[in-house]
Amino acid sequence: MGRAGEHPRAAVGGLTVTVLLDADGVRGWMAGMAKAVDRERDRLTELDAAIGDGDHGISLQRGFTAVEAALSAASAGTPGAVLMLAGRTLVSSVGGASGPLYGSALRAMGKALADSGGADAEQVVAGLAAARDAIAALGGARGGDKTMLDAWIPAVDGFDSAVAAGEALQAAALAAAAAAEGGAEATVPLEARKGRASYLGPRSVGHLDPGAASTVLLFRALADAVQVTGG
Amino acid sequence: MSEGDGVSFPSVGIVLVSHSPELASGLRDLLAQLSAGLVPVAVAGGTDDGRLGTSYGRIAGAVAEADRGAGVLVLADLGSSVLTARMVLEDLERGDVVLVDAPFVEGAVAAAVLASTGAGLAEAVATARDARGVPKF
Repeated sequence: MGRAGEHPRAAVGGLTVTVLLDADGVRGWMAGMAKAVDRERDRLTELDAAIGDGDHGISLQRGFTAVEAALSAASAGTPGAVLMLAGRTLVSSVGGASGPLYGSALRAMGKALADSGGADAEQVVAGLAAARDAIAALGGARGGDKTMLDAWIPAVDGFDSAVAAGEALQAAALAAAAAAEGGAEATVPLEARKGRASYLGPRSVGHLDPGAASTVLLFRALADAVQVTGG
Repeated sequence: MSEGDGVSFPSVGIVLVSHSPELASGLRDLLAQLSAGLVPVAVAGGTDDGRLGTSYGRIAGAVAEADRGAGVLVLADLGSSVLTARMVLEDLERGDVVLVDAPFVEGAVAAAVLASTGAGLAEAVATARDARGVPKF
């Protein structure tokens, strides 16, 4: 928490700061996600056991543990580079569908941030939109298919709306996390049209999608990472 | 070592991506018999640490192994096999390595039989794709 970079702007009265998502902020985000996945592993696995193959919690735990190891061994200096490394690591370590999906998302966000040393709210929104689009392109899913996109889409929209309304990065990230949660809850009555759950047809109704649930964790971890404490 | 070394024409290669190493290698055995061993077939089954699942590295390695210069046709069973194969191919940025949306067994058999006659990549891809619409009885 509180690891995002602070950059003074219009510091009249010494209080106004513009928070940027820098490399340490992304590292904090990934560390927070790793902790969240550790904590929520059994819940994710239970959700996945109901309609998937029951490996979502353990898959993500394996993946983000590997991300932690890769990031601690690397000296990647930009948020984009850290995200690219995290994404590549997920792709190569998970073995289940969540690896390429989250991996392509983080890689796409890393590419979108390019060489920026610290991403402002607009750049973060653009990066998250690229991540969402990468997931959609890779998996061929759309909103309403009862997948992680049902959390990603409202989360990115919520982030975007908050930024358009003039909110700073911290408030926008909180809005995105809340929107992700709403989107995830809204998957309960849906019938799955992608992945293993789609074979269940109407029997998939009544269950929260595990990919949407883990997406909530990712957006919460982002919101935590950009909150500046004691600044 | 894959099948199909030392043939007189450079054959299209086939890569089989499966959650299960046994499923992939069993299908490879079947293809070897049906294509008289003329077509290089490489497998990418399971994860790097031997679990059911998909390995980016194994897929990339299998593509290189099956590549004889006439293109490579990739077939994946489902789920993460498809997603990971798509990522590998996207990163390769090669027009002559193609993931085909086809039934795993029927598509592979159709492609291997045709490739064993010296057919090119485009024909093998088309016949694998068409395998979806061929009734069994």
